[in-house]
Amino acid sequence: MIPPAFEYLRPKTIPEAITLLQQHGEDAKILSGGQSLIPMMKLRIARPGYLIDINRISGLSYIKEEDGFLKIGGLTREAELEASPLIRSKYPILIDTTHVIADPQVRNLATVAGNLAHGDPANDHPATMLALDAQVVATGSRGERVIPIEEFFLSLFSTALQPDEILTEIRIPLALPHSGGAYFKLERKVGDFATAAVAAQLTLDSSGAVQKVGIGLTNVGPTPIKVQKAENFLRGKKLDEANIRQVAQLAADDAQPSSDLRGPAEYKKGLIKELAKRALARAAERAGK
Amino acid sequence: MAKKQLVTLKVNGREREAAVEPRLLLVHFIRESLQLTGTHIGCDTSHCGACTVVLNGKTVKSCTMFAVQADGAEILTVEGLASSAGQLHALQEGFKQEHGLQCGFCTPGMLMSSYALLHNNPNPSEEEIRRGISGNLCRCTGYQNIVGAVQYAAAKMAKAASEASVAEGVAK
Repeated sequence: MIPPAFEYLRPKTIPEAITLLQQHGEDAKILSGGQSLIPMMKLRIARPGYLIDINRISGLSYIKEEDGFLKIGGLTREAELEASPLIRSKYPILIDTTHVIADPQVRNLATVAGNLAHGDPANDHPATMLALDAQVVATGSRGERVIPIEEFFLSLFSTALQPDEILTEIRIPLALPHSGGAYFKLERKVGDFATAAVAAQLTLDSSGAVQKVGIGLTNVGPTPIKVQKAENFLRGKKLDEANIRQVAQLAADDAQPSSDLRGPAEYKKGLIKELAKRALARAAERAGK
Repeated sequence: MAKKQLVTLKVNGREREAAVEPRLLLVHFIRESLQLTGTHIGCDTSHCGACTVVLNGKTVKSCTMFAVQADGAEILTVEGLASSAGQLHALQEGFKQEHGLQCGFCTPGMLMSSYALLHNNPNPSEEEIRRGISGNLCRCTGYQNIVGAVQYAAAKMAKAASEASVAEGVAK
């Protein structure tokens, strides 16, 4: 299938890109990895009149710890995340997540930022970023602003990004001692979107009780879901079997899956409960180290 | 129709240039503009990997990129694997020896993904091979002989590399 005709623009800097976005408004789309956008254009679901290719803009591809955050640049590819020794050693939840996104070819081009900016609840990084309490930096004509991830996903394919804004950085609080996270996804085959998936991030206090907890759900609603009731229940408690079972149930209760080719809604709810148990157990294991 | 843009890129070592519409997919540019039909279109939905080529050293699905994005890039397609004298690449030999294909439709993509895999990881485990080709679907073989073909090639390339370094040592 062939997309409708469009104008292709390749700015050399972020300010140039923003000017182009301002000029063309809703008729323009940013092209970074393109691994979600181009398939939609080929199906003619997305029909931007202007494609603004930001891939040649330098200085946007980095993974570094700075000023209390793990910072991931807007053009950092999934493959770079996967290969990063820093991420592998200190942020295994991100490895869990990037590991199950699509396949090697897609991961060579797909960006972590794009996985968030696209606004697809079936994408994997949103749930993980919700669990990690991340922030995103949106750069637009009015400068830079920091958006907490809980305020970022508005509805299906709709995020808090304004038409003239580009997601230029993702910020994740530095890994603390006695912290750990995990992402568990069930897919029908390698590269598929999640039938359902759960991200869990924990920080334990000296007695082994849960000091901080974040739990995010993938593809069981019109947006990725941060299950606050489940998080509130677990905070301050020990991770015994009864508590894990209860928090997993609360997570499943707040899932809003639809029945589709991947399974009935009830099945997906049950899946969330089981995946939540496994994600919490693995997160606790990693936090214990 | 949008104005055409000039793209210049190196394909299998040769400089190529053409004026293309922005919406021309890289796979169509390769197959139709360059007449290199070894790269296949299998699904049109970015799933199957039959369109895989190596772009600036990394595998990409050429059906999920526009030709204009490849301006200035270096691309390797399946036609670029054999030597100019016609000697098969170790991978091509491996697919032949180990019966790593039946209909052959997925094979160019499999070859390119394996090429990149062995370039980054010359001694992959079976699990690493299966993960390395996880973006390429095959309906015929059940993948077993494809894995065998990659293992054959890895062994052959390792042997050639060690013989080359021995020869180098002797020459010094």
